[in-house]
Amino acid sequence: MGEVIVVTSGKGGVGKTTTTANIGAGLASMGFKAALLDADIGLRNLDVVLGLENRIVYDIVDVTSGNCRLRQALIKDKRLEGLHLLPAAQTKDKTAVSPEQMRELCLELKKEFDYIIIDCPAGIEQGFRNAVAGAEKAVVVTTPEVSAVRDADRIIGLLEAAGLNEPKLVINRIQLRMVKQGDMMSIEDIIDILAIDLLGVIPEDELIVITTNRGEAVVLDQNSRSGQAYRNITRRILGEEIPMINLEEEGGILKKLRRIIGLK
Amino acid sequence: MLEFLSRLFSRDNGSKNMAKERLRLVLVHDRTSISPQLLETLKADLIQVISNYMEIDESALEVNLDANGNTVALVANIPVKGMKRSVNKKK
Repeated sequence: MGEVIVVTSGKGGVGKTTTTANIGAGLASMGFKAALLDADIGLRNLDVVLGLENRIVYDIVDVTSGNCRLRQALIKDKRLEGLHLLPAAQTKDKTAVSPEQMRELCLELKKEFDYIIIDCPAGIEQGFRNAVAGAEKAVVVTTPEVSAVRDADRIIGLLEAAGLNEPKLVINRIQLRMVKQGDMMSIEDIIDILAIDLLGVIPEDELIVITTNRGEAVVLDQNSRSGQAYRNITRRILGEEIPMINLEEEGGILKKLRRIIGLK
Repeated sequence: MLEFLSRLFSRDNGSKNMAKERLRLVLVHDRTSISPQLLETLKADLIQVISNYMEIDESALEVNLDANGNTVALVANIPVKGMKRSVNKKK
């Protein structure tokens, strides 16, 4: 039986879809069977992030309304053997699927896949309730911004109210240079405020924009920090103990300047 | 010049502390989601207790949760009209 994990955040634009895609690609590249489920009905996005937008025939609403079988709607990834996508419907709205249908769908997927990763829509309305309905574990994505952390806090409360205890935190788009300058909240600051366990930290990286433009997953890039960060997150989901990566930049100009003028 | 540079590179005066402080305050309010109804009940109870000791202006009584600095305080503004000489408990 597989495990169902929902990726959520509250606020939009913090990297839920990117995180879902990379965890899925990471799991598949390590030999697991992973199904990605786009729960953002009406605003489908996971397909373009994965580069699978041209292959959609059926979507999640077709499955829940009985238009097609689950197997027909699942799209196989181009490169990764074990990776599959169940796309959201683009023309329907959130009420087209009920939490009960989502639960059944997750049960069905669990029979065939090792991991089911659900991309939750932003917000706390029915889309959120649908996305968490069939989930057993939750990941909360945030960025080092006041608005994103505030929404993460609210989402953690709602997840716990829905019985998803101990969600794990992913801090996205952290910039070490700004943290050192004292102009960005640090990993410790955010953990301290939200009081949940850390699953991983993704540094700000242009490569994420580039790979997303191409419809590829950065987790497959062996040379980048963000790829490494997503591989580590994948391993931690698999239950391995992986130390956090050192985001320290080697001898930045700021560090040198600081040393020159006698400030530590 | 040096002052400017040190401010530029110092860790303490960065905007992150402002972010943290604002976030902490806003979360205090988000998390202590006290309903207006609860506050009203509290108000009624306060009036009852304090009336045992002094005469107060019930219509002008204000009770609010106030987040200030590191703490959240229950702030009650209760205008006193007169003191009583002895405690006369109703019970």
